[in-house]
Amino acid sequence: MNVMIVLIPIALFMAAVGLAAFFWSLRSGQYEDLEGAAHRVLIPDEDDIAG
Amino acid sequence: MALSLTEAGRASGLAHAEDSEARADPAAFVRRDAGGRDTLELLVQGAKCAACIRKIERGLLALPGVSDARLNLSTSRLRVAWSPGSVAPKRITDALAQMGYGASAFDPVAAARQVDEEGRRLLRYLAVAGFAAMNIMMFSVPVWSGDGEMGEGTRTLLHWISALIAIPAALYAAQPFFRSAWRALRVRRANMDVPISLAVFLTLGISIAETLQQGAHAYFDGITMLLSFLLIGRYLDHRLREQARTAARDLLALQSVTASRIGADGRVVAIGAGEIAVGDRLILAAGDRAPVDGVVIEGVSELDRSMLTGETIPQAVRVGDAIHAGVINLSQKLVMRAMARARDSSVAELARLIEAGEQGRARFVRLAEKAAALYVPVVHSLALATFLAWTFGPSLLRLAGVEFADVGLRVALTNAIAVLIVTCPCALGLAVPAVQVVATGRLFKRGVLVKSGDALERLAEVDVAVFDKTGTLTLGRPRLVSAAAPDMLQAAAALARVSRHPLSRALVEAAGQGVAAKDAREIPGEGIESGQMRLGRRSFAAPECDDAADGAAELRFSNGVAAPVRFAFVDTLRADAAQTVAALRVRGITVELISGDRPVAAEAAAREAGIEHWSGGASPSDKTARLAALRAEGRKPLMIGDGLNDAAALASAHASASPGTALEASQAASDVVLQGAQLMPLVEAIDVARMARARALENLRFSALYNIVAAPLAAAGFLTPLIAALAMSGSSLIVTLNALRLQLRWSRT
Repeated sequence: MNVMIVLIPIALFMAAVGLAAFFWSLRSGQYEDLEGAAHRVLIPDEDDIAG
Repeated sequence: MALSLTEAGRASGLAHAEDSEARADPAAFVRRDAGGRDTLELLVQGAKCAACIRKIERGLLALPGVSDARLNLSTSRLRVAWSPGSVAPKRITDALAQMGYGASAFDPVAAARQVDEEGRRLLRYLAVAGFAAMNIMMFSVPVWSGDGEMGEGTRTLLHWISALIAIPAALYAAQPFFRSAWRALRVRRANMDVPISLAVFLTLGISIAETLQQGAHAYFDGITMLLSFLLIGRYLDHRLREQARTAARDLLALQSVTASRIGADGRVVAIGAGEIAVGDRLILAAGDRAPVDGVVIEGVSELDRSMLTGETIPQAVRVGDAIHAGVINLSQKLVMRAMARARDSSVAELARLIEAGEQGRARFVRLAEKAAALYVPVVHSLALATFLAWTFGPSLLRLAGVEFADVGLRVALTNAIAVLIVTCPCALGLAVPAVQVVATGRLFKRGVLVKSGDALERLAEVDVAVFDKTGTLTLGRPRLVSAAAPDMLQAAAALARVSRHPLSRALVEAAGQGVAAKDAREIPGEGIESGQMRLGRRSFAAPECDDAADGAAELRFSNGVAAPVRFAFVDTLRADAAQTVAALRVRGITVELISGDRPVAAEAAAREAGIEHWSGGASPSDKTARLAALRAEGRKPLMIGDGLNDAAALASAHASASPGTALEASQAASDVVLQGAQLMPLVEAIDVARMARARALENLRFSALYNIVAAPLAAAGFLTPLIAALAMSGSSLIVTLNALRLQLRWSRT
């Protein structure tokens, strides 16, 4: 059971990283245009067209 | 979600000026950003897919100097930035037009780019609550599954870790509920957030007490999960409002007029309507809508005042005459002096009427509020009863001769709180917003803009529809109805081709292709003259004839030889007006017409649309009086109108709708805005509103049933944290799925 002492902080830390990532995405405006984002993935990059 | 805005932002009145001229010069809306670049926000029509994004962004970036072009597909907004002086703003809209997309510049005042702060905050609360719920679950699942095997020490350790996460998270994420509950309590009212807040505090308290005593029943998982679900409901509700608000703002921003101001040096500059100052000299070209109140200082023309009065016959103006904001200049260029700013124009009296109307509507109680009013007292007395029963029950039973041991204060308290926790209105909080989000989202895609959730609820209840005529039931565009000899019609049309007057245009439309008379001269307010031939007012073209009895809009034509001809016009009904009226009637809604136009015109339109009850010549206060009379009879009127003269009626009706071409004040006073030229979406909106109401009631009934089952279990002391968690998530899932059923029903039809 001693391993929990290590595992629990690791698990909490990982979750906190996820939460921080969400806050970052929220602040950087990634939820402003959900519909556009769904379509943008289909647009090839400029330099891909030649190849 | 792409808006179909092609019809929006157009004056619904008689004038249909050439688009290139009517399109505002975007130069007035250019703003300098922090990086020293010029930026422009445009609303793009018709962009719906990946290919559009690519085409537009690449196309604009190819223009010299353009450094940034980004299209937001959800809002149809395009933001372009370029280094100052490198490209004329007009080139950007022209480039878009060449690519096949209509674009309208935004009035940055009307469409101030507001970051949705409230929405972001709710998302943050939701993220924290979700984070806490998921992590606590990591400790709760071992506790549940290790029941009996896990040592007390380990269990308490896991509870303590849960507490460390849950307490700060719950206190942070429950803030919206605390604030709302506090606001309600301060005015001595109870809303749904009062029991929620109470449950949060009590649950945290009892769980900490339980953990301190190394007990088994800590509800840290339940409370964070509950908050997550409630916040989902809250966020959905907020998004619904925000989406409608943004779309409504965009629609109005599209309408915003630019004005041409004559500067001190005599040069003409394009400015936004918001920048007009009192005393400015403004050019009002034919087809332009007056942006502010003012006086004519140069020119003679005719005005379309249908937006203000419903009257379709143009009114002649000359130097010294007043012009009200919203009227459309029909025939000749005018110069006007602004007498008020855009904000203060023609609306003082109107604002008062609208305010009076809205007070009546404020009495409307939302479905969720009704449920809360029933729910809060019942649940709180049940919790109290549980406490009393467990405290005094055993001794009473013993008095009655039944053997029953005392359970102690702790068990009584735990069970009472368990009642509060399990009945916490998790499903109830989702029951209505989930349905409304699905319903309005669906309508939004069909071009029907529902302003708020309670608008949908009110729309479901209407049983009488009151239509305005001009611009609502009709297109506000005249159509030739009288027969005439073909050669006379062609001769008259040759004269009419030189004029922009709506009646001339209707005549040309009826006559078809042809040439314009070369030496024709238009005399403003009178008619057109070419040699012997005259087309225009009776007094101008055929003074020897009598007035016609029918009072319809007319043109007279004489060629100086034969007897003068009379061309009569009526306002064109919207293509689906009669169909809409019939469809409303099928749904048990009676239909009335009330118009500010002359009674004859109102009668003709009513006949054609199949409306039995009609009245004409109604002033704005006549309209509100009629609605008040209907309400006094216990009916629930739906008002549909577009003009400034309808705004007060729109605000005072039980529910109201306006076409996308309606004036700003009318749209602001309406619950529902129909984009596009059709009326049938209104019927669909009523259908959807009724279905949504049925679904919301189902959800509320389900929540009640859930509480009826769960509350006694909790009161009897059978509730464990596991059951509480399952019950709460289960009921939330069920109401959400039931709301989504609304979407399914549509996909099939």
